[in-house]
Amino acid sequence: MTAAVNEWAFIGVFMSVAWILPTLPLVVSWLFRPRRANAIKLQTYECGVETVGDTWVQFKVQYYIYGLVFLVFDVELVFLFPWALAYNQLSFFAFGAGLLFIFLLADALIYAWRKNALEWA
Amino acid sequence: MPEVCDNIISTLAPCLVQSGTNPDVAQFISILLGVALIASFPLLLVIFLIWVERKIAARVQDRLGPNRVGPFGLFQNIADALKLIIKEDITPAGADRLIFNVAPVIAMLSVILIWAVVPFTPYNIGADLDIGVLYFVAISSIGTLAIMMAGWSSNNKYALLGAFRVVAQLVSYEVPMVLALLVPVMLASSMSMQDMAFAQLGMWFIVLTPVSAFIFYVSNLAETGRAPFDLIEAESELVAGYNIEYSGMKFGLFMANEFMHAFTANLLFAVIFLGAWAGPGATSVPILGFAYLMIKTAIVYVPSLILRATVPRVRIDQMMAFNWKFLVPLAIVNVIVIAFVLKLVQVLGIAPSPENASDFVANIPQMVALLLGNAVILAAAFGLIRGTVRKERLTEAARLAKRVQIEGEKEALPATVATH
Repeated sequence: MTAAVNEWAFIGVFMSVAWILPTLPLVVSWLFRPRRANAIKLQTYECGVETVGDTWVQFKVQYYIYGLVFLVFDVELVFLFPWALAYNQLSFFAFGAGLLFIFLLADALIYAWRKNALEWA
Repeated sequence: MPEVCDNIISTLAPCLVQSGTNPDVAQFISILLGVALIASFPLLLVIFLIWVERKIAARVQDRLGPNRVGPFGLFQNIADALKLIIKEDITPAGADRLIFNVAPVIAMLSVILIWAVVPFTPYNIGADLDIGVLYFVAISSIGTLAIMMAGWSSNNKYALLGAFRVVAQLVSYEVPMVLALLVPVMLASSMSMQDMAFAQLGMWFIVLTPVSAFIFYVSNLAETGRAPFDLIEAESELVAGYNIEYSGMKFGLFMANEFMHAFTANLLFAVIFLGAWAGPGATSVPILGFAYLMIKTAIVYVPSLILRATVPRVRIDQMMAFNWKFLVPLAIVNVIVIAFVLKLVQVLGIAPSPENASDFVANIPQMVALLLGNAVILAAAFGLIRGTVRKERLTEAARLAKRVQIEGEKEALPATVATH
């Protein structure tokens, strides 16, 4: 086994253990807890009063816009990591290209700002 | 026995092979032991962390905090956990059962998985991935997903609103956090956490890039949903936020997850900006490195607890504006300026060479250059803030003056304008 494969094998085992460990207290709780459910108890609690209407109602569109802006930024940011990683060996051209990319990112931010996508209104 | 067996944690596999075990099996056993050690450590730690947090919050608020169960109330959380385990567990009638039950486990999983890439000592790290930083960013987004699952499946309007706020908050603050992480990656020329720790032997990154450290710290506060950014569970508006419908141990898991996440975020801060295990004697006595890491984490963790106990919650529009209109531009400018300064340092030839990178004195020229860059960024940022705040105050004063004029309260006018 090569070293890199070994590291990822570790992550794989870690992932399964990380699934099991939080499940353990739930299982123990399942063994010991009382079960006296009735219709009233199982109602949605919300804030104490009976709920009115459907839960999955229309919501503020601003949440969605922030989600979109985030998506643009996050995808672009991932591309910057290789640039930052090889920073010390970069040629001048590659350095400039990376900076241009960051300026485009800043430009996107300014565009979103001017279009009022960042206003909570 | 030869010396391969002297350290059970790092040389278990060769030791087992020597005593006649199949190499693959030995490898697997060694991995399993490491996983069990690292994964159970945060879970045990959280019991202690909740006690620390409650004690500190109590001191800030002039109370005693837990002091009944065990010495200094240390066993209070064990008692609480036992209580939660034997509580009846209610899945509300309208809930999406599968997602509802899996959500707390995934929330927990997202924090435990981060511990896999934390370099505890120069020799002990769960998995020294080449892309440790990206791994951390990716795994911490899973936590957002878990909270969204919990809010969506609860069939509860408040929980759903809480979940939307998560999308708005956690997702937004990820952008400056990732931008701030670019600078340490540039400085260390590596995304592996262990390489990052070694790169800081000469000089900690918090000294080289205080602005990045500040951005990372603040966005970490927001990512973990701590005050002043604890809008996810704003009791006064959302009852309890995304976990209203949860009861019993599932609620307990969400609760423990919050404390664990806060500590883990500060642990990452200590690794990336405070040099992880670096300290006198850490390379020869690994356990010292572990102690240093924990002390450094505590140094950044305790202020965040005091912050939580003292500051009020911000409004959601203020929080989003602070992120998108201050932190993100600041982070972008920070990356650009640091890139320029680093290039300049390289061209001028004052960067420490690879041979003496761990020498403190060799790092000083580079440090001075970077600090100058940081000072420029900070001065510009605070100049901008001052200008904006002044403009806002003036418009507010003008608005008030107009209202006072309309309402005809002439005598109130000078006082109102003067306060702005």
